[in-house]
Amino acid sequence: MPDLYGQRLSQTYVTIVKPKKNRLCNDKVSDKSSPWEMDTAPLPVKESSYVAVATDRVSEYSDTGSTKKMPKKMIRKWEVFPGRNKFCCNGRIMMARQTGIFYFTCILIVVTSGLFFGFDCPYLAKNVTPAIPAFGIALFIFVMSTLFRTSFSDPGVIPRASPDEAADIEKQIEVPNSTPGTYRPPPRTKEVVIKGQVVKLKYCFTCKIFRPPRASHCSLCDNCVERFDHHCPWVGNCVGRRNYRYFYLFILSLSILCIYIFACVLTHLILRSQEDNFLHAMRDSPASVIEAIICFFSVWSVVGLAGFHTYLVASEQTTNEDIKGSYSAKRGQENFNPFSQGSIFRNCLGVLCGPTPPSLIDSRGFVIPDSSQTQGTNNVGTNTANHVTGSNGSGPVMKQMISYQTPDGSINSRLPPTNGNSSAVAYKDSQSPPQHVTYTEVSEGGHWNSNDPYSSWGSQTQQQSFHT
Amino acid sequence: MAVHQQGQKMDDMTRILPSNCSKVFIQRDFSDGTAVKFQTKFLAELDGKIETKIFESTINTLNTMFCEAESLNSRNYCESCFACLTAYLSYLCFDTHYEKILKKIGKYVAEQNQTVYVPRGLMLVDPVERGLRTLEICILNESNGR
Repeated sequence: MPDLYGQRLSQTYVTIVKPKKNRLCNDKVSDKSSPWEMDTAPLPVKESSYVAVATDRVSEYSDTGSTKKMPKKMIRKWEVFPGRNKFCCNGRIMMARQTGIFYFTCILIVVTSGLFFGFDCPYLAKNVTPAIPAFGIALFIFVMSTLFRTSFSDPGVIPRASPDEAADIEKQIEVPNSTPGTYRPPPRTKEVVIKGQVVKLKYCFTCKIFRPPRASHCSLCDNCVERFDHHCPWVGNCVGRRNYRYFYLFILSLSILCIYIFACVLTHLILRSQEDNFLHAMRDSPASVIEAIICFFSVWSVVGLAGFHTYLVASEQTTNEDIKGSYSAKRGQENFNPFSQGSIFRNCLGVLCGPTPPSLIDSRGFVIPDSSQTQGTNNVGTNTANHVTGSNGSGPVMKQMISYQTPDGSINSRLPPTNGNSSAVAYKDSQSPPQHVTYTEVSEGGHWNSNDPYSSWGSQTQQQSFHT
Repeated sequence: MAVHQQGQKMDDMTRILPSNCSKVFIQRDFSDGTAVKFQTKFLAELDGKIETKIFESTINTLNTMFCEAESLNSRNYCESCFACLTAYLSYLCFDTHYEKILKKIGKYVAEQNQTVYVPRGLMLVDPVERGLRTLEICILNESNGR
């Protein structure tokens, strides 16, 4: 029943791209006050809502009939990214969904440093040395730039498997002699021996991949991240392979900044109290007191964290591995870290100065539907134009890609199942906590229903279901 | 070959992939750690389509190139330290060593497709297009008019 499905998906598509008026970023997070709705407003209204999101894409939606013109702009991959992330600046910035604490971190650092430069530095520059504010400014800039680099970069997200890949994995690990109708999920782990140490690779039900060693699935961002360390709310992002060194430099420089400001503030107050008494000094410079309090309480946590991560860097472990005790000697068996380079120096060098791959999710790349899926149409270019109407065979390609967006953390639109049924099914990740709804196994003839926006180009199974 | 604009990194040939070709996936080999390395095991679906030696040499070349990209040598260390000193602005100006190798791999895959694989009815997909999870080989259908 392509009509019903098509209509549903067109509604879904439209709702997802609803613009957020008060946000800086073109993120695809929907407003909680305007929940996911399947409304059926006519096309012109929806077109205007697109304009607010991406004004340079109006042209492609106005071109519904032509089969020869290519659209001027295509949709970028970040717009159809299945994880729970927020993208800004047209895909250049990637953060987690909840960024409130990140803004708090920024404000706290900026305000404290601002008070320092405004109230303590003039006195110290005059009475001690102007090198104090100079070093302070350099340190502040370094702290903020490492913070931004940690928060805004891709931590090392592993793109989800295409349906063909997922089907292939399922086929390889399928339990033989299973009764038809009763679905037994494939085994979740695979063991691999790395330098003599047995390491278990877990199967991720959300991403449909066997996670590489040291990778882990972040339930907050709903992504598998390589060399997953932890999800840090203070920086508003996961900390993984690609941004760990910036995170480490951030907390290291922040602890130095904290100690530096605290020391300078104390120096300032003591110098002032030599002219007068200490209470009068505090009264004359209340900002110094505020800074001292903030720094005093921050220093314990930040310096402690910096020390902990220094230990992790030196032993080539992640927070995740340390918490789980994967490679600790306490287990009573021959356990060693197969990823360690052997010496503390080499480990530090490897973690902090080693090569990092570019972002594998390619957020700013364009989504190009596979031309083979335009068998029902004449042109790749009309795919984007026809998503709303759904009547054109190429429309479903874009719908499939868009239908993965989860504004509330839940998948509200579906791909047609691979066995050709037109019923949409809900997916829920059985590994995740209940409030994070992602995928679930559905027994429809014992098949995994694989769905992935990235696979909508190049996947034969989706193609078939749309032509039923 | 159809030419698609918008600056896609993908090889032109992969864009005209027929939808009804079957695919074979060469998975990652993690026996040496987290470094990118593909298994050289010859899969049954490729039997008869390509010689084992050619297949293995392609995989080994790819593995060598990835190994070079991720190696912990002084060149990579210097590059990272230099980038840190320039407040990572150098990353805006130059490609990292890893990115350069990935481009080289893209060219190698395209060249292998043109000279070796497509004449045998197969097509490699650059692993970058699959997030470095797997090396996809499409078995091109003869009946499909590509």
